[in-house]
Amino acid sequence: MQRIRLCYTKRGRLRFTSHRDFQRAFERALRRAEVPMAYSAGFTPHPKVSYANAAPTGTGSEAEYLEIALTEHRDPGALRVLLDESLPSGLDITDAVEARTPGLADRLTASVWELRLDGVPQEEAEKAVAAFLAAGTVEVQRRTKNGMRTFDARGAVAALDAARPQADRPVDGPCAILRLVVRHATPAVRPDDVLSGLRAVADLAPPVPAAVTRLAQGLFDEESGTVTDPLAPDREAAPAAPSTAAGTASATAPEGPAA
Amino acid sequence: MSAESVFPQLEALLPHVQKPIQYVGGELNSTVKPWESCDVRWALMYPDAYEVGLPNQGVMILYEVLNECDGVLAERTYSVWPDLEQLMREHRVPQFTVDSHRPVRAFDVLGLSFSTELGYTNMLTALDLSGIPLESKDRTLDDPIVLAGGHAAFNPEPIADFIDAAIIGDGEQAVLDMTEIIRAWKAEGRPGGREEVLFRLARTGNVYVPAFYDVEYLPDGRIGRVVPNRSGVPWRVSKHTVMDLDEWPYPKQPLVPLAETVHERMSVEIFRGCTRGCRFCQAGMITRPVRERSITGIGEMVDKGLKATGFEEVGLLSLSSADHSEIGEVAKGLADRYEEDKIGLSLPSTRVDAFNVDLANELTRNGRRSGLTFAPEGGSERMRKVINKMVSEEDLIRTVATAYGNGWRQVKLYFMCGLPTETDEDVLQIADMAMNVIQKGREVSGSNDIRCTVSIGGFVPKPHTPFQWAPQLSAEGTDARLEKLRDRIRGDKKYGRSIGFRYHDGKPGIVEGLLSRGDRRVGAVIRAVYEDGGRFDGWREHFSYDRWMSCAGKALPEFGVDIDWYTTRERTYEEVLPWDHLDSGLDKDWLWEDWQDALDETEVEDCRWTPCFDCGVCPQMDTHIQIGPTGKKLLPLTVKK
Repeated sequence: MQRIRLCYTKRGRLRFTSHRDFQRAFERALRRAEVPMAYSAGFTPHPKVSYANAAPTGTGSEAEYLEIALTEHRDPGALRVLLDESLPSGLDITDAVEARTPGLADRLTASVWELRLDGVPQEEAEKAVAAFLAAGTVEVQRRTKNGMRTFDARGAVAALDAARPQADRPVDGPCAILRLVVRHATPAVRPDDVLSGLRAVADLAPPVPAAVTRLAQGLFDEESGTVTDPLAPDREAAPAAPSTAAGTASATAPEGPAA
Repeated sequence: MSAESVFPQLEALLPHVQKPIQYVGGELNSTVKPWESCDVRWALMYPDAYEVGLPNQGVMILYEVLNECDGVLAERTYSVWPDLEQLMREHRVPQFTVDSHRPVRAFDVLGLSFSTELGYTNMLTALDLSGIPLESKDRTLDDPIVLAGGHAAFNPEPIADFIDAAIIGDGEQAVLDMTEIIRAWKAEGRPGGREEVLFRLARTGNVYVPAFYDVEYLPDGRIGRVVPNRSGVPWRVSKHTVMDLDEWPYPKQPLVPLAETVHERMSVEIFRGCTRGCRFCQAGMITRPVRERSITGIGEMVDKGLKATGFEEVGLLSLSSADHSEIGEVAKGLADRYEEDKIGLSLPSTRVDAFNVDLANELTRNGRRSGLTFAPEGGSERMRKVINKMVSEEDLIRTVATAYGNGWRQVKLYFMCGLPTETDEDVLQIADMAMNVIQKGREVSGSNDIRCTVSIGGFVPKPHTPFQWAPQLSAEGTDARLEKLRDRIRGDKKYGRSIGFRYHDGKPGIVEGLLSRGDRRVGAVIRAVYEDGGRFDGWREHFSYDRWMSCAGKALPEFGVDIDWYTTRERTYEEVLPWDHLDSGLDKDWLWEDWQDALDETEVEDCRWTPCFDCGVCPQMDTHIQIGPTGKKLLPLTVKK
């Protein structure tokens, strides 16, 4: 049995795809692409796919990961192209490597997020970020299945800064872009929790919903404060490993809204 | 009207609504054609939630047929849930298509497919959100032609004020013919405005334009006559019939949604029409004659469809799928072909007398034998003669015995309550039948671990059926009968625990009855219900019986009629029915004779296998029954991998 790890995106309007929706779409794409999937045993066999750490519905992502098990050997690069063509545009497969190391999920310990705040002046965002970082803890609330839950949104945040919007991006009126590095903790701190935190410490209230995109996901390096490519160890372990990435999976800018 | 995408405005609202994925489009096999390169543009609407509307075969077929034409585009729109509706009103976002998020009002035609009358209030919501005037008479050249189709359109009178036109029957060729007329009119510079294009459509005899007909009423509230109010339009409008299904292998590229929907399978219509002659069944009456898709045509559609979609289940659809002349070969061929691929086969709508265990074995070759579903519809032999559902209790018991003997553990039986001439005793016999099923099942399976579920709902008399004259049972009457049946089943010590009982109360059926057999005066009730907040009437959590009753109570008295007049009143032979000027091909005198036969408990055979009994469709519509066997086999496919 061969195991292949894939990196995929949720771009543009397809960021509204829920994780369940993605699972169905992906399993159908496997069928259309005639991928020789390994199936689970039992009355209703399911193709063996392990998903890791999916981004919430409504947030875009450039860095989602999953692993599939095949009954026959396939070239990861060719498989990437085949599956990418089989999926709707926006759900794009950007990288594929053969699994040669254990524990992909263990290497996903932090995420880099971009939060685009239309209508928020840069200075206001900078002030709110400074107040957030200066606080020891920032209590926020989120509605969960078990009712309202209160927890700290500050501790998991490794970095937060307010960058200026890129010059090549058309901007109508003020717009601030936040870059957030957050450790995967329990309870999980999500970008909207950090936004709640910014509102709590500095009354930052974006007039329109923030456009949130996961730029990268991987092992958090405490020294450099950066997130490393989780597929790199598999690639390094390969005998002669040509890169199969379609583009750099990390830190590419998200697409604008699909019209 | 600007045709620009409203997606940027919509996108800002989506984080605040449930299941936003249903509004973004981008489904696999969806088509977005360049707006400017097309001169006739259709917005197709299924007036219910996306999860119900997306899998609808009718919309999917027309979407593909239209988009295959040069210079023509079709996009889809569905009802938005109340949470988004409220936000759209606040932020002035109009009803949009999911394909390229263009405002519905910018299209040439808004075509609505009504499988059920309960979508009428949703149509008004969509018109209003689009900025299209609710009533036809208030529309201008800036508004699309609002067109109704689907089974409910066989009596479009209750929505006559709201639609500009209706098409009855098969839509494939009809939408293309209509497109050509609109294209020519537009190319000429839209001479004569809306009235002219509607007239050009109406004079073909195949498009019903309600505004060109006046309805005259008698002092007692009944209709005197329906008469064209201008020359050049026909007295009666005919239904469309597509004769060779193999020429229309649609959908070729079924839509695959990202959102979860009610049917997620590759559906192939294996035949259209039914001549079994069940008297309650509107679909069976209005879709005559029977036209089979060939075994090779089916095989090809399944093959291409699975490749295009990646679905894991194939549904062989029709009104009575086991009646296809080569169903055994079809099922075996498909089961052979897809055995390795873990593709499930399903055969909805299987008649008790057409069921055989070989067929069932093919369908479940890989899977579990969990449940089988049959619809005897009537509990007593007498009742089944009235409705012409010619299934004897012995047939049923023999069939279920075979099923239980072959490993099935659950049988579901569908019935109706409130059928013409029905008494309490007829309905109580449903309990006896279920007990006999369990008794036989325990005997042949040697196990007490078997179940039978009785599912029952109220009967609603429908236009263009022999029961169109019949009185509908009141909601109270239906509920009382169902309660007695429930007590009989639950009270039985020996079998009661093995029988499940599911029923629908009688209230929604009364509203459906009002809308099914209503005339133009019912439009005032629909509008009042909509204005009072009525939406999604097919959904239990949104449906309000009280709202419908109170609105009807206010709107109908000025006409001297009421709800009962439309529902529980029996009609006479002489009465002009609101839909008499819409020609389904069925001879009204034949329908009346069949109604009399029903009252006499006389059955009528299936004309597929016996001589013609003159229902009128074939000579009237210049059609004929088209069935196999072709004797062909499913071609083996080249081995994959």
